[in-house]
Amino acid sequence: MATISCGDFKTSYAKDMAIFDSAFARWCLALFLLALLTVPLYASSYWMDVTARVGIAIIGAVGLNILTGFTGQISLGNAAFMAVGAYTTAYLGGHLPQMPFIAVILLSGLVAAVVGMVFGVPSLRLKGLYLAMATLAAHFIIEFVAAHWDSVTGGVAGVSVAPASFFKYSLDTDRQLFYLIFGLMFFMVFFAKNLFRTKVGKAFVAIRDQDISAEVMGVNIFKYKLMSFGISSFYVGVAGSLLAYQAKYISPENFPITLAIDYLGMIIIGGLGSILGSILGAIFITCLPELLRLGASSLSGTFPSLVGLFASLKLGVFGLAIVLFLIFEPDGMAERWRKIKTYWRLYPFSY
Amino acid sequence: MDFFLQLVVNGVVVGSIYALVAMGFVIIYKSTSVLNFAQGEFLLVGAYISLVLLARYKIPFYATILITLLFAVVLGLLIERLILRPMIGEPVISVIMVTLGLSSILRAIVQGIWGTDTQPYPEIFPSQPVMLGPVPISRAYLWSLGCVVVLLILFTLFFKYSRYGIAMRATAFSQQVALSMGISVRLMFALAWAIAAMVSAVGGILLGAVRTGVDQSLALIGLKSIPVVILGGLDSIPGAIIGGLLIGVLENLAGGYLDTMFGGGVKEVAPFVILVAILMIKPYGLFGKVHIERV
Repeated sequence: MATISCGDFKTSYAKDMAIFDSAFARWCLALFLLALLTVPLYASSYWMDVTARVGIAIIGAVGLNILTGFTGQISLGNAAFMAVGAYTTAYLGGHLPQMPFIAVILLSGLVAAVVGMVFGVPSLRLKGLYLAMATLAAHFIIEFVAAHWDSVTGGVAGVSVAPASFFKYSLDTDRQLFYLIFGLMFFMVFFAKNLFRTKVGKAFVAIRDQDISAEVMGVNIFKYKLMSFGISSFYVGVAGSLLAYQAKYISPENFPITLAIDYLGMIIIGGLGSILGSILGAIFITCLPELLRLGASSLSGTFPSLVGLFASLKLGVFGLAIVLFLIFEPDGMAERWRKIKTYWRLYPFSY
Repeated sequence: MDFFLQLVVNGVVVGSIYALVAMGFVIIYKSTSVLNFAQGEFLLVGAYISLVLLARYKIPFYATILITLLFAVVLGLLIERLILRPMIGEPVISVIMVTLGLSSILRAIVQGIWGTDTQPYPEIFPSQPVMLGPVPISRAYLWSLGCVVVLLILFTLFFKYSRYGIAMRATAFSQQVALSMGISVRLMFALAWAIAAMVSAVGGILLGAVRTGVDQSLALIGLKSIPVVILGGLDSIPGAIIGGLLIGVLENLAGGYLDTMFGGGVKEVAPFVILVAILMIKPYGLFGKVHIERV
């Protein structure tokens, strides 16, 4: 049982399509997941909060990557679709308290998917820059609705979210929420990973690579583009729903246009068209401000002005990270990781 | 009727500022096919630089304009050389993201130096409004309208008759053809960014004067001008101006008549509703060049 194979020795299509290269990779992942399950046992409430946000960001980033990275449809509307999921959760929690949380989350995802598909309709005619504009408009329109449909969204003041509940049993501690988020995350990431081994996923990639050629080859572009918008918005809606449960109180301010840019940053830095990339990018972008905060507070003794500059520092480092990645590693962290792996695969004799 | 007239006049003057910002978008897009999402931040930088020159160093207004423009040119050239040059030939999403990243960096720098509080902008134009029939108009708006008209004429002449203008249009048409005709595409790209940064700096100065204060929200006008460029067509300067005036008037009318129905804020969202409508009906805008795609 080789830990890492040192070349391409695949002899069947099944082996070529396998998610895990070797049994070793599978064991590594299993061990990592086990380690992840123990996190709530010793993490402080601060780090519980950070890990929960990482989990939510991973679901959202994977969703956005399905649309932007795999299907090539640029979307600036993901923060708005997230808001749709979050507000659906808040509304259902307030009006149908008997509903089990898993149904609430799925329904939030579905509502977001429907809204996403409606705003995906222009993608029939538009692409690239123009589609980005259309989704940008979607963002501002949904934001306007969220701020003005007082009876449902609570307007600019916002609305509080009832904790996730399953009949009498309610999930209100950080620890329970952690397992909920990471359980869902595991399934959704796995689903996404498998999606791209199916006909639908291959159609998405074909549309990204050359949509006219894909159409000539018999891919129904409109159907698959809409489907991509739907699946992607479902993921983003679920992320929004979890965000609502985690934040306990939501208002339009939770979903600014900068959030959409953050998510695009995640998939750019992680790697477009890579599930692993979305995960790495989500971790990177969510932890970046926390690391900066730690750095700034530890240096505050020598440079007291640093704390005041924290907000602009965060913004600047985020922008700088995107620009530097795009210039020096346009394929993102996933590609870097692959390069590192290949280097070690043939380690002492790499030539 | 007076109410209607007031809304239209307000729309025209606000629209003239949109047109100015939109012109920056168009100049860059026309020659480099990049939509610069950091346009609003260029405005912000221009406004703050002029503010410092006017308020702290007490430099006369006309000299301030010159120094600010000079600074904008340097900024535009630097950004083109350091950030946009490596992006040539990259996919659209990368180019969009690099300008979004750039906007974060510029905003962070401005925030780091000048903070987030609103800073008062010295009074340049007398605050006494001019009466146009029954409708009062602020002088700063008249100046911006005048600037837009002058810039429109200047750029139309520039693109039509000057060597560099023609070379820029050739670059926009086909970089390969331009190169084979002996045009330096790099120079044209640098020129486009420098001009766009300059136009935005003018917008920043005017906007600072109009609002009598400068803060971070100024950068939002960059995003708000996107419907304008789409309406006019991404590669048309007259389109940017007509689009700017149209959107300005439409958003003021929508705000004036529909605000009571929706409880305010219609003005902010109206341009984006218009944007969706244009994209569905006429995606290349009123005056844009229809792009035919081949495999």
